[in-house]
Amino acid sequence: MDWQGQKLAEQLMQILLLAFAVVAFATGYISGSFQMMVLIYAGGVVLTTLVTVPNWPFFNRHPLKWLDPSEADKHPKPQEAVSAKKKPAKK
Amino acid sequence: MHSFGYRANALVTFAVTILALMCAMASISDNFNHPSPSAHVEVLNINWFQKQSKGNDEVSMQLNISADLQSLFTWNTKQVFVFVAAEYGTPKNSLNQISLWDGIIPSREHAKFWIHTSNKYHFIDQGSNLRGKEFNLTLHWHVMPKTGKMFADKIVMTGYRLPEEYR
Repeated sequence: MDWQGQKLAEQLMQILLLAFAVVAFATGYISGSFQMMVLIYAGGVVLTTLVTVPNWPFFNRHPLKWLDPSEADKHPKPQEAVSAKKKPAKK
Repeated sequence: MHSFGYRANALVTFAVTILALMCAMASISDNFNHPSPSAHVEVLNINWFQKQSKGNDEVSMQLNISADLQSLFTWNTKQVFVFVAAEYGTPKNSLNQISLWDGIIPSREHAKFWIHTSNKYHFIDQGSNLRGKEFNLTLHWHVMPKTGKMFADKIVMTGYRLPEEYR
């Protein structure tokens, strides 16, 4: 997933779960059936899992542009600073 | 949301939190129910009335218990536990409460009932104070929810009296 995809996945997850919760509670309360509420919500959780958890292609519409390997060789990696203190050479 | 596991964890946590909130709301919705139950208990017959060898009085009676507890049921009700208790005072105890019968009502359809039975549990006094005793019969109920708070209440019926002599 790219960064945009991650954000989309999180928002989708929250909105879908909340929406299913509201629908489930309303349906259960109006029809007087607790079981209806639980079933609708459970179905909603499964659906949300299928939509937001796997790495679907539509989450990768803004892919990161990784540097080409041949291009990377032209720009050497910065060296780590060498320690100033040198070990005294043994005579 | 960096990986499959991360997203799965976030989803499960959020889903369970929302479920807890829904259950709390369901329990709160029970407060909007204003029940109007009715009940009547009749003592049909005193089967026997003896003093036990230990010195305590015991009485067995036929009861006719009828009630309409349908209005207690809401969408969030699992079952209603109902019991009938006898209440009276003695010199030793200012209040005695003895459960004579109980039952479980599993659904609204079963909540309007009558039952003709002898007392399910022994009516034994701590002492021998029951001759000529005036007592109340109370019908208690506990509305047990599917989730959340349990409501309990009762109806008190007065005017019952035990015989003057053993039989």
